Amino acid sequence: MDILASLGDGFGIALTWQNLALALLGCFLGTIMGALPGLGPSNGVAILIPLAFTMGLGATPSLILLTSVYYGAMYGGRISSILLNIPGDEPAMMTCLDGHPMAKKGLAGEALSLSGVASFVGAFIATWGLILLAPQLVKIALLFGPAEYFALFALAFMTLGGVSSTNQAKSAFAAALGLGLATIGVDTQTGVPRFTFGEVHLYDGLDFLVAIVGLFALSEVFIFLENRHGGNADGSKLKIGKLYPPMSMLKACTPTMLRTSVLGFVAGVLPGAGASLGSFISYSMEKRLVDKEKTFGTGDPRGVAAPEAGNNAAAGGALVPMLALGVPGSGTTAVLLAVLLSLNITPGPLLFSQNPDVVWGLIAALFIANFMLLAMNIPMVGLFTRILMVPSRVLMPIVAMVSFVGIYGISGSSFDLLVMIGFGVMGWVLRKLDVPLVPIILGTLLGNSMENNLRRAVTIDNGNWWTLFDSPLSLGLWAIAIVGFVLPLFFGRKVKASMHERRDEEGSISD
Amino acid sequence: MSDRIFGVVGILLAIAFALSALAIEESFLSDAVGPKAFPLIIAAVLGLSSAAIALRPDPEPQWPALGRLVEVGAAVVVMILYAELLPVAGFVIATAFAATYLAWRLGSGLLGSIATGVGTSLGIYVIFHLVLGLSLARGPLGF
Repeated sequence: MDILASLGDGFGIALTWQNLALALLGCFLGTIMGALPGLGPSNGVAILIPLAFTMGLGATPSLILLTSVYYGAMYGGRISSILLNIPGDEPAMMTCLDGHPMAKKGLAGEALSLSGVASFVGAFIATWGLILLAPQLVKIALLFGPAEYFALFALAFMTLGGVSSTNQAKSAFAAALGLGLATIGVDTQTGVPRFTFGEVHLYDGLDFLVAIVGLFALSEVFIFLENRHGGNADGSKLKIGKLYPPMSMLKACTPTMLRTSVLGFVAGVLPGAGASLGSFISYSMEKRLVDKEKTFGTGDPRGVAAPEAGNNAAAGGALVPMLALGVPGSGTTAVLLAVLLSLNITPGPLLFSQNPDVVWGLIAALFIANFMLLAMNIPMVGLFTRILMVPSRVLMPIVAMVSFVGIYGISGSSFDLLVMIGFGVMGWVLRKLDVPLVPIILGTLLGNSMENNLRRAVTIDNGNWWTLFDSPLSLGLWAIAIVGFVLPLFFGRKVKASMHERRDEEGSISD
Repeated sequence: MSDRIFGVVGILLAIAFALSALAIEESFLSDAVGPKAFPLIIAAVLGLSSAAIALRPDPEPQWPALGRLVEVGAAVVVMILYAELLPVAGFVIATAFAATYLAWRLGSGLLGSIATGVGTSLGIYVIFHLVLGLSLARGPLGF
């Protein structure tokens, strides 16, 4: 079993004091970010990227830090869902449905610990799924030429809109906007400047980190300013009680957790889905399957376990296409891709052969982080509930200033800060107009390699554009892409309407 | 109505993008595709999707009242000033002012805002600069 051998090597890399400390720090910060309404996995990871760079961390340690934040945010989101009926981040919105009624019945402690266990099961199974599935996907990806890669990128953009927005035209607009922004700068193949308008700062192109922090973190600050929600959660409701779920409850929920973990993982692997969809379909399926007495929605423990196992499993699943193909399927994995690209590591099939230390070190760290999170989230959940009391009039200035510091720390130029403010305003307007932000990020990240693959493919075939639709593999990818774009036009509205029904006002960016 | 305006703006953006793509000077050494083709494809997608948005608008989003818009605008101005003055005033002073302003506008009292602002500024300075060694903007006073 060479997988087990590689995993063993991975543990060898992950088990250094520095990496363990980073994983612990990431889990802690991630849980806080997930729990605080207004900070979710994608903007939480985004404001921490500059920190990872300025600490001078290498590729594996930075990834360990940031994926721990990612996993941690998935755990943390449930805390405010259960206690306050406010989802801490979007994937946790389904947890409100049964979690908060449980808390009202005086079972808050049980709900928190049960959902902690469910999160653990989901993430644990998904990490195994990642180990088993990613190498298989890599084998397929090795058959890809430039034309297939171009089709794959097109597929990612076309399917992304299916879930992330209620309007396909708006997600297509967002993707085109992102791709357009990526073309700014000196053309990599011929060396001519494009769309720079003589501004020297633009010759290098826009730094996608600036775009990400502006779009995700600053736009959140503007949303809070607009609503002037400066207060904090009402603390009187925060009574927790017993911190361990009774065995009978765990036993009753075990089949639910196992089923929804698998389902959530599959949902996460699919392009464009991500953790929000994972928790949504997990909850819906369990409701259909086991809700014989119509207890879902009134504080059924299974209704707490299902979405939590589902969203954590989807978080793991979403890492599969990001690592194996270099095409992220969700907002947070797009941000993680930005980290890899900034570290000069190109994810995709070659990552597994050229940087196995990064891949397997990361996977081992995910296991370690998962155990840390379980330990943090059951006995120490009281600590995090106290952090929930930080009012956003204190939190949001900190978020804004940390964003500025991070970007200034990378480039040291005021110009980048101005660009970031521009992106923040743009993000705010686009969110008001219900335009999804994730395709914009994905476009700025993938634009250059999408264009390069297109040009390479056509050049190899002496300028014949039909080469893009030449091989069965690329035809298959195009077919999936078109189905993925057209299908939501008919079915999407209903699913999305019920999914976004519960979205909170300050709606953290969809994952 | 918002979506119709948005769609029209998008179409104009697409046209501007296409025009400036056509204006790219090609170098004498070029591949079979050249630097113009991909931006033109993007401009087409941008234009088509904007047209679709303008023709089939979503329900009107909830725009904030004028006062709230001014609020957001003022915050943008403060942030721009912050970005410009950062190298002049130095990190600690500029950040303390900007964070105080934001905390005040989010509803803190006078003392609370100042405490948040100064606390944020010094906290970031200690963690990022003194502990992690990140180089922050130096003002005339050396911090």
